[in-house]
Amino acid sequence: MNTHLNLLIGLAMGLNLIALGSSRLPSLILVVSAQGMLLGVMPLLLEHDWSWMLLAVVVATVGGKGLVIPALLRRAMRAANIERELEPLIGFVPSLLLGAGGMIAAVAFSQSLPLLPEHAGLLLVPGAMASILTGFILLIGRVKAISQVCGYLILENGIYLFGLLLIRSTPLMVEAGVLLDVTVGVFVIGIIVDRIQRAFDSLDTRKLTVLHE
Amino acid sequence: MISLLLIFVPLAGAALAAAWSDNRTRPWFLPSVSLVHVVLCFRLLVVPPEVAPDAWLGFDKLARAVLPAVSLLFFVCACYGVSYLAVRAERSNRVFVAALLAVLGLLSAGHQARHLGLLWIATEAVTLAAVPLLHFNGTPRAFEATWKYLLVGGTGIALSLLGSFCLGYASLHSGGSGDLTFASLMAQGAGLSRPWVLIAWVLLLVGYGTKMGLAPMHTWKPDAYGEAPGIVGAILAGGVTTVAFTAILRVRAVVGAAGEGALADRTLLAIGLFSMVVAALFLLGTRDFKRMLAYSSVEHMGILTIGAAFGGIGLKAALFHVWSNSLTKGALFMSAGNIRRAAGSASMDEVRGMAMITPRSAAIFVAGMFAVTACPPFGPFFSELALVKAGFGSGHVFAIAMLLGCLLFAFFGITRVVFGIVDGRPRPAMRTGGKRFVETAGVILPPLALLCFSLWLGLFTPPLLREAWEAAVQQLHPAP
Repeated sequence: MNTHLNLLIGLAMGLNLIALGSSRLPSLILVVSAQGMLLGVMPLLLEHDWSWMLLAVVVATVGGKGLVIPALLRRAMRAANIERELEPLIGFVPSLLLGAGGMIAAVAFSQSLPLLPEHAGLLLVPGAMASILTGFILLIGRVKAISQVCGYLILENGIYLFGLLLIRSTPLMVEAGVLLDVTVGVFVIGIIVDRIQRAFDSLDTRKLTVLHE
Repeated sequence: MISLLLIFVPLAGAALAAAWSDNRTRPWFLPSVSLVHVVLCFRLLVVPPEVAPDAWLGFDKLARAVLPAVSLLFFVCACYGVSYLAVRAERSNRVFVAALLAVLGLLSAGHQARHLGLLWIATEAVTLAAVPLLHFNGTPRAFEATWKYLLVGGTGIALSLLGSFCLGYASLHSGGSGDLTFASLMAQGAGLSRPWVLIAWVLLLVGYGTKMGLAPMHTWKPDAYGEAPGIVGAILAGGVTTVAFTAILRVRAVVGAAGEGALADRTLLAIGLFSMVVAALFLLGTRDFKRMLAYSSVEHMGILTIGAAFGGIGLKAALFHVWSNSLTKGALFMSAGNIRRAAGSASMDEVRGMAMITPRSAAIFVAGMFAVTACPPFGPFFSELALVKAGFGSGHVFAIAMLLGCLLFAFFGITRVVFGIVDGRPRPAMRTGGKRFVETAGVILPPLALLCFSLWLGLFTPPLLREAWEAAVQQLHPAP
């Protein structure tokens, strides 16, 4: 069971690196969508007795993170009619090196954290830390609003991975609330992206510089 | 039961307002719903309900000590909102009214949340519900501010979720049952896994600190307060920041129960002082009077955090300061909104002589400025005095010296901007442009009322409130 789960987490960590290296917006959105689906099915591997609530959360996560949110982003991208090439502030090779270095550091650091015996052999904690770091690199290092949203989603995915540690102890209702908030959040972001596009005729966040001291 | 009404009445009001078809009468939802809220809230303040220890939601002692202030501020803002939206009749206020009422309901939920996960859900929902309020003006600058608010606030709130998970894991690691109510986490106390508690504390402080606007996570604040309508600024500065502060207090109590209270207090003191220094420096430099209010808010969040770091007596002073700061800030934001409307700009390069154009708003603005910079006899003076005494009592002489120094510089900065726009002769361009702004009773009485509340709070602090703050301190710092 653990090996299957670790395989999925490993795949998700690999997707982090692809996200850091992708130079085109559609492929970045695809990576985020694939990662969301991978994460969505993980509760099925962690839990042995499947309740209807668990299945509902799995369906909602796969649907939300894997289909709805990416569809919203694609729609925003088409509506904004922006160039597909990402202009990085932090170049692709430095981002990749940072991401890979962060991943190694995450694996090393998580060895020193006290974990319950049943979590000790899992990659959940390093996977979470690596995704959070990837999310931050994308948030800081990309200029298009939509690619920053993708960074935010990968950050959220990392936190979701960490939350899986608690899946047996926290009521699923909490998870459902969290998921709802995230989805609504991205929806709101999508609307604002649309408005920024109309107001500034661009989604380049470097143009958002009127307000400063 | 009544405590649940505090959440569901505004949410139902929001739904009704969203469905209401008449743009002219819709704003009346704001005062009517919040009047119900304020009556219920003060009833609960006078007759505190029994809260089951394992309840997820409840009007507990901490909620009792701060939620009435938020409710009162919201009610006065709602009254102002009717006249404000009448001036802005050209815009549909459907989303604005519904979102504002939703913010009230979710704020009540956040203040009453006694469960780690529920607290996060409520805070995040408040953040999202506030988004349509920020870009009500629809200008490119407003969208820029909203984008920064979403990105910085979203990242902060994501970190607080991670912190919540870490705290949950700390409980799980030491054999907890997975009950994440604050009462049960505190009961686990020293049994909580130390490394995880510390990681959780850092993440939650950064996360909720972002929402509160503590430096260096305050960067969204000047933009958002500068571009949002005045009442939105007042509710963000007086209500949303308060819910984040109570979140930090609840988490601090758990960390204290786990035996790391001294360390938590040191971090609170450091981040509070840093916020004050940053705010004082920016107050000396800013030329925009709405952004000035944002930096002043950063400064007061620093004061609250420092108070919380001084232990029981300091915490009581901080809860007092929540009241005096919320009410005074409300008066400032509303009068600043009036001046901004009449002058057509918020920069002291373009605005001056407002004492001649909007004499009443300018008078309230100047009085509010003296109140917020802790001049007697207003509320903030007495709450900050209590805080300084608590600091000396607990031996934090250096911190108090720094705090007083920052207050002095903030005073220089704020008076510079305020008198810059109030004094002098109006620019000719300002007098000829557009239609004149009329200072109706609807836009003057609400800020005046808040100023009177601030004065009353300072001169005649009701024993009932003192007792409520005392009880909240007992809840957060249980005697060993």
